[in-house]
Amino acid sequence: MHKLASPPHFYQIAPRMVPWFVVPGLLLIAYGSYAGLFLAPPDYQQGDAFRIIYVHVPSAYLSISAYMVMAISAGIGLIWRMKLAHAVAAGAAPLGAWFTFLALITGSIWGRPMWGTWWEWGDPRLMSELLMLFLYFGYMALRAAIDDPAKADKASAVLALVGAVNVPIIHFSVEWWSSLHQGPTLIREGGPAIDTNMLYPLLAMILGFTLVFAALLLRRVRSEVLYRERRTHWVKEMILSAEGRR
Amino acid sequence: MIDEQTPLPGIAQGMIAVTRRDLLQAWKRPGDVLNPLFFFAMVATLFPLAVGPSSEQLAFSGPGVLWVAALLATLLSLNGLFWSDFEDGSLEQLLVSPLPLPALALGKTIAHWLTSGLPLVLVSPVLAVTYRLPVAVTGILMLTLTLGTISLSLLGSVGAALTVGLHRGAALLSLLILPLAMPLLVFGARTVSFAAAGDATGAGIYFLAAYAVLALSLAPFATAAALRISIE
Amino acid sequence: MDGMSMGEYGPYVWTSFALTALVLLICDWRARWRQRQVYRDIEVRIKALEDEH
Repeated sequence: MHKLASPPHFYQIAPRMVPWFVVPGLLLIAYGSYAGLFLAPPDYQQGDAFRIIYVHVPSAYLSISAYMVMAISAGIGLIWRMKLAHAVAAGAAPLGAWFTFLALITGSIWGRPMWGTWWEWGDPRLMSELLMLFLYFGYMALRAAIDDPAKADKASAVLALVGAVNVPIIHFSVEWWSSLHQGPTLIREGGPAIDTNMLYPLLAMILGFTLVFAALLLRRVRSEVLYRERRTHWVKEMILSAEGRR
Repeated sequence: MIDEQTPLPGIAQGMIAVTRRDLLQAWKRPGDVLNPLFFFAMVATLFPLAVGPSSEQLAFSGPGVLWVAALLATLLSLNGLFWSDFEDGSLEQLLVSPLPLPALALGKTIAHWLTSGLPLVLVSPVLAVTYRLPVAVTGILMLTLTLGTISLSLLGSVGAALTVGLHRGAALLSLLILPLAMPLLVFGARTVSFAAAGDATGAGIYFLAAYAVLALSLAPFATAAALRISIE
Repeated sequence: MDGMSMGEYGPYVWTSFALTALVLLICDWRARWRQRQVYRDIEVRIKALEDEH
């Protein structure tokens, strides 16, 4: 673990780890998509439109997981002063924002045939995702506003932790608020006993998305590390020896 | 004069000193207190202008409008929380003080609430009348605003500490705080709406009180950490 | 299930899946592009330093 935390070691190891995440991830997504689109029976209320769940739920799940990864690694960086941890937080933010955006778009598209509108303020999931997106933007805006990289790391870490404490509060508030009016929601709360034909592809998609996210994160963090270490000796040696080999 | 055997009075004394200093500064510059209040009234005025003055609409949207106006006015006043101290260097003095920084930050936050949240609460009945809210509802409005502005001052102090001295820090502060303040808005405004409809308001008040307690216990430490990071 | 048409919801379902694929691809491209950009910038700077010697 300590060796992994050393930037040069991480830089070498990361590309070798990526395939172990990408390949199973893509396979799971392929299976999940096929089974979700063609094998699962249509929902008795929503017909075939419910199949959007197979991309909407994994995106939403990942948008929250990415925030947790960001907050936890930011916390680790802040408390134990690990440079790599801050790099992970920085790398996770844009990915999390993308998945949040995807959750919002797929949620909106799903809502159109269900409610007749592209947006429903009453849907708890859409509201939560929207606020999540603002949290990500705030984090990235704060990072961008601070010139000193170490200061940017630490300040955004405090913000990420404050946000993390608030995320459950925000979710709870949105749930309570949307329960006040019996509005339409994308996913019926509680839900009937889900057909295993419906459930397995969903689990596969969630797991597949997670693995792909991990692979993307590894690559982003690798670039982040390279950038942060650009003036160090090991980077110089590495680049020169790569040059010499050409 | 601080007795080594009883450190606790030292902390309280320090906190009170910080609070008193900020209150004196606000007294000398009443604009800092009045401007957000005028802003509060202006926003509450803009809504009927934009949407139309029909009585039912006003009474219906009153709680929400007033709460949003209070939220925005508080954001306006939060910018100044650490700004003047940052400018004249006294913020650094706070950082090197032997007293714990969270306590000093809390002192400043208390002063902030006394000069922004409390005035809002006191002015709100006047605006509530213009929105045709009944007296009992106005009472709930004041209660929710009290709890809500306390939480906002605490939460906002973290944001203000993170953005002090930054270029365009004011806009950034709003972007950071607004999503986090959403639960306060939801529970605050809807609870007042419940009161207007004659429904139970207990759940909302408990939530706001719990949030305030949570903020009180966590925010001073986060603010202190953020101040150290911003100023070092 | 009649293949691709998804009842009357075809455009919605397929657009969602297409957008998802697109976003994943964008994330992939951006990651690659960022890596290349950082590497090249450093390479240029180091070569400039070496040439001075």
